[in-house]
Amino acid sequence: MQPDVVVMGAGIIGAACAQALKARGLGVLVVDRHGPASGTSAAGEGNVLVSDKEPGPELGLALASRDLWPELAEDAEWEEKGGLVVATTSGAVVPLQAFAAAQRAAGVDACEITAADALAREPHLNPEITAAVHYLQDAQLNPVKATRTLLRGIEVRRTEVSKTDGRSVMTADGVISCGAVVNATGPWAGNFGVNVLPRRGVVLVTTPIPGTIRHKVYDADYVGAVASGDADLQTSGVVESTQAGTVLIGSSRQRKGFDDTIETKVLKALARKAIAMFPMLSDVPVMRAYGGFRPYAPDHLPIIGEDPRTPGLWHATGHEGAGVGLAPATGRLLAQLFTGEDPLVDPRPFRVDRPEVMV
Amino acid sequence: MRIVVVGAGPAGMAAARTAADAGASVVMVDSEPEAGGQYLRGRARFGHAGVTHLKNTEAWLVEGDVLHVRRTDLPRDETSRLADSGWDGALDRERLSQDETSRLAPGPRRLRFDALIIATGAYDRPLPFPGWDGPGVITAGAAQALAKQGVTLAERVVVTGTGPFLLPVATALQDLGATLVGVYEASSPTRWLREARAITANRHKIGELARYRKVLPRLETRSAVIAKHGDRVTVAKLDGQWRPVSHRTVQADLVCIGYGFLPRTDLLPDARRTGDFYDVDERQRTSVENVYAAGEVTGIGGADLAEAEGVIAGAAAAGQDPPAKAVEAVRRGRLFAQALARAHAVQPGWQTWLDPDTTVCRCEKVRLEDLTDAVSMRELKLSSRVAMGRCQGRICGRNAADLTGVPFDGQRRVIAVPIPLGELAALPEEKS
Repeated sequence: MQPDVVVMGAGIIGAACAQALKARGLGVLVVDRHGPASGTSAAGEGNVLVSDKEPGPELGLALASRDLWPELAEDAEWEEKGGLVVATTSGAVVPLQAFAAAQRAAGVDACEITAADALAREPHLNPEITAAVHYLQDAQLNPVKATRTLLRGIEVRRTEVSKTDGRSVMTADGVISCGAVVNATGPWAGNFGVNVLPRRGVVLVTTPIPGTIRHKVYDADYVGAVASGDADLQTSGVVESTQAGTVLIGSSRQRKGFDDTIETKVLKALARKAIAMFPMLSDVPVMRAYGGFRPYAPDHLPIIGEDPRTPGLWHATGHEGAGVGLAPATGRLLAQLFTGEDPLVDPRPFRVDRPEVMV
Repeated sequence: MRIVVVGAGPAGMAAARTAADAGASVVMVDSEPEAGGQYLRGRARFGHAGVTHLKNTEAWLVEGDVLHVRRTDLPRDETSRLADSGWDGALDRERLSQDETSRLAPGPRRLRFDALIIATGAYDRPLPFPGWDGPGVITAGAAQALAKQGVTLAERVVVTGTGPFLLPVATALQDLGATLVGVYEASSPTRWLREARAITANRHKIGELARYRKVLPRLETRSAVIAKHGDRVTVAKLDGQWRPVSHRTVQADLVCIGYGFLPRTDLLPDARRTGDFYDVDERQRTSVENVYAAGEVTGIGGADLAEAEGVIAGAAAAGQDPPAKAVEAVRRGRLFAQALARAHAVQPGWQTWLDPDTTVCRCEKVRLEDLTDAVSMRELKLSSRVAMGRCQGRICGRNAADLTGVPFDGQRRVIAVPIPLGELAALPEEKS
């Protein structure tokens, strides 16, 4: 039987779209060349963050997603651990506090706390920090388990799509006809007509030290690195532990196409920034490093909607490093636009016909 | 011409010597305090005027024409003292005497090379069974390492697995005073009857069996330990697929497991490989430019083959034609290696030895029933945590792939050994 919708890509975004479409009674087939969560989704930390977003359409999408995740993240190690953003220089205090104040006005739970309070919450934190903001809504999950949960009851076929006209997809195993197609191929979305590019990131993983680090803790300069479009290597200290007790250390951003070589200059920069925040990490062994590619649009906003040039072809991509956090609201928004329901957020900022996107 | 050799086993030592004899400046890096590798540890004496041997030194990353290494054995205050003296970590034989290299500080160092030879060998593959994660179960290689340290074992031991390596292990344990209860070889010896060509070309290997005649009376083929509860061990008779057809109980304190070997191929995550082994051409070149491989990393074939491959790699890396004698030894040795792989291939029936609650991954305590229906190794790891622990799947990754049917993606680990974050932070700056 012909599916109503073929979703290309079984990452967290494709899974969320498939889940939302199926919940509206549509017949959905997901296709992926490697299987569920085999690309960007498994290459991050599983962050569901509101703390790193300035007021604007992406924060709105993040807040909507944050509300949807708890009931969808069953069996996915959902943890409302909270985020702790720290300033490490005197010059960073005022910008951090101003950023938090603006977020509060937009509905974010952002509490300024003293350095002593921050140390009480994170006893191993460097006592030299100059300011801290506690974000109660920041959470984490296991992105592979979450993807699998969203895909429950949905057929995933392992095949590679070469092209689509919005009414069918041409795969390595033949043509699949359908009513519509969703392009949720993340950093590879550029193969299907939108201007999405890969931005490389690397994460270090330590041996388990359970209970040592409790929140997602990051340096206030992280926000600047996320918003930047600079091709040069940018790093910022981001430290958190997983339920297994390992500590994940990020973050790096580099534009170098799909080159996946690990460079020691990146490892060194990540290590230095992590130790600056948590000096005790100096003696903790790193047992692996992994990397991936964040899908970004030049204007740093997700792309969600139908392609006006190719009726039947929908896009859901360009979430950069925030795809896990933004997935449920993205899936729901796409499905609402698809079925003509009232959308949960204003869809216009994410439309496909932005000049930076349609090239 | 600067050549760096990783590994000081039979392949690495031969490569280092050959390259140095050809006039290259050679550094040989090895994680152990003495040369010899698993096979000759404690029995090898390595010395060559043209080779700097860096002991207790782990190689952890290849980056372009630089090998990143770390010294593991000296106290930290030594580091700062050497840093104060202006030591910048770029190893240069012209500037550095043998004596100085022996005092090389702990922590990360960069070795620039014109050619790199990887001879990192292999480690044992265990197969899981109920009780294998309890006390009194070790790999055959670990047993042999104990034996080389001269530990006395007043215990009842059994050796279980497949392949000729079981015999020297059993012999070594018996020499230490252990009571050898049995040596259980899962495969059938008749498989070797099909390998006449390999045997004819390697007659000396048959002669080697005589060294192990003391343990041959304890050898039982088509048998394996399939469970251990306290000091009671279940030994099964197996069919051709290694499914148990009957079993009995024996008393044993120690079980040594060795189902062949897995190559240590972490240093080149992107090199072309077949199975887990690096693909090499007739000059031992890998698919990575200026990087050669020799010994068990290219296929399991024993010390003779490893040494011959080392000679070829050392000569080729130094820009010379490989000696004809080594080429012939490799040809013969590979016949044997291929026969060995066929005769002692792990058969799928071992998967029936496990109960649902049998541990598959010891680091993360993942049981058979916890393994998910994933389609890729990555999905399997992240959804079950198998192979995510301290050993990074070196012990369990292959077994987990076999148990679930996901394709085994080899050993793509970009950091080859655990390395303290502080050492990464202290990495020397790149110099061009």
